[in-house]
Amino acid sequence: MSMVKKAMRDVFLERIYSKMSENRSLFFLTADFGSPKLDALRRDFNDRFINVGIAEQNLVNVATGLALEGFTVYAYAIAPFLIMRAYEQIRNNLSLLSHVRDINVNLIGVGAGLSYDVSGPTHHSLEDISIIRTLPNVSLISPSDWVLAERFVDYSIENITPKYIRFDGKPLPNIYTDTDRFNLNDGFFELSKGGEICLVSTGYMTHTALRVAEKLRKEGIHAGVVDIFIIKPMNEMLFAAVLARYKHIVTLEEAFIDKGGLDSFVNNILNKQMPGAKVKSKGFKDSYVFDVGGRDYLHKLNHLDEDSIVAEVKEILK
Amino acid sequence: MIYCMEKTDSTIRFLREKALWVRKETLKIHGIAQETRVASSLSPVEIFVALFYGGIIKYDPKNLKWEGRDRFIVSKGHGSISFYPILADLGYFDKENLLKVSKEGSFLGGIPDPIIPGYETVNGSLGHGLGVACGMALALKRKNRMEKIFVLMGDGELYEGSVWEAIMLAGEHGLDNLVLIIDHNKACMLDFCKNIINLDPLGEKFKVFKWSVSAVDGHDMEQTYKALLRFKSEEKGMPKVLIASTVKGKGVPSLEVDPLSHIKNISPGAIDAAIEGLQ
Repeated sequence: MSMVKKAMRDVFLERIYSKMSENRSLFFLTADFGSPKLDALRRDFNDRFINVGIAEQNLVNVATGLALEGFTVYAYAIAPFLIMRAYEQIRNNLSLLSHVRDINVNLIGVGAGLSYDVSGPTHHSLEDISIIRTLPNVSLISPSDWVLAERFVDYSIENITPKYIRFDGKPLPNIYTDTDRFNLNDGFFELSKGGEICLVSTGYMTHTALRVAEKLRKEGIHAGVVDIFIIKPMNEMLFAAVLARYKHIVTLEEAFIDKGGLDSFVNNILNKQMPGAKVKSKGFKDSYVFDVGGRDYLHKLNHLDEDSIVAEVKEILK
Repeated sequence: MIYCMEKTDSTIRFLREKALWVRKETLKIHGIAQETRVASSLSPVEIFVALFYGGIIKYDPKNLKWEGRDRFIVSKGHGSISFYPILADLGYFDKENLLKVSKEGSFLGGIPDPIIPGYETVNGSLGHGLGVACGMALALKRKNRMEKIFVLMGDGELYEGSVWEAIMLAGEHGLDNLVLIIDHNKACMLDFCKNIINLDPLGEKFKVFKWSVSAVDGHDMEQTYKALLRFKSEEKGMPKVLIASTVKGKGVPSLEVDPLSHIKNISPGAIDAAIEGLQ
């Protein structure tokens, strides 16, 4: 399979369409957010599709009610609005209620990180990983490409629990070609094995990590790359065993750092399993991004571009 | 719906007696659990009684997941301590648990949670119940099931924006298997609603959002019971709202006139006199 650029949501929605035709218990809700691939779904399954309007709180509440009556529900919206406007609905009606009820609601948020780069900080999603991670019972899924995104359709039906699935908003090339090489439930995959240093990333930053590793390889430095696509729940023991082979870890995320996101997740595991491991966290500092420009430009301003990371890795290995 | 006059009269008498008993039990619980919101629990008593003793809601305390049950969401969870004795009386749990409300190890908290048999969803944080009920109503319609969804909400809860998101959706989708009952006790925590943001004319607001509206004196058992009975069978393609005009702290004269009744307690020493004063 050669590299093809596709939007995660499009591949996911096409698979949902085929599942909805064979499975009457799937219900799709949107808060007035679309995709060309959603058009066929809302035309052909209009009895199990509802646009609740620009009303994310009601999106989550209605999804909860449908799920309590046995439907597997998809609640689709722009990531920051879905997670942050409706946070208390997610907390009370999904996280808290699923402690005592079976609830399969899948929050599908499009626009992870800086996907909506020029739309500015209201549309950036730099908090979602840390604030969803803190909620009991809610799975946190952050795929890096459309091959994985598609796999999470079957996963979403099989695992009866609330989930937040964060998709990048831009079409991206596939990273994975043969996903059967690993168990999806492990939650991560070591895309390349390295020497002393390993880059641990999620979502879009895994693409950056692979490019950084390639640049370093040309300079004779072999960096490992570990892609985390399920932050919770994942196989933490296996993950720790993989990281134990490295002396240095660099975490990469399009999110705030030092606030409970991917960096904290990795640090927590290392603290428990390998005290003394050296970790460097890369992401956004304690400030919103008001600068206007494309993703590459914004990454450069915030030292998240390939060259900055390459320089940092070389500094660490000095 | 044709009423048998004689049967209705005896039903109403029975329901009135139950309501008096529920108020007494509610005050007893408040006597041992001072954290409970007694004033807002006293206003919806006739509503609870009509629904559960009047044969309006189908339920099975021994089979909480029974598909044939009507769903009841107590969105104003904080103001539903009066529902505890009813649940115990109907066999959802043993009555001795009523002596342990808010005590260590009890499942009956000051604000009810869905670990209590008979409570379907998370309540107490306001503005959630109606949206969840809309999802349930849609689900039952898609499954061609005849059960109804009842929601009890306080009028102060109408200040939550999420409520209006759900009101719009229910009207537009014609959810006629949904019955919303507003405990219109006209008071919030700090003041009467008219002094905060006046909710009137409340019925008109629902009408423009395509709801079938009925208004009753929520302490008149006959009016409340008959309106709920009629709503249960009404199929006009519209969701239904019963605006039950009530008095916060009903039955306890000192609470009835106090704009701060929400946060007022009746001290344990004054409970017996309050029970004595009930009519």
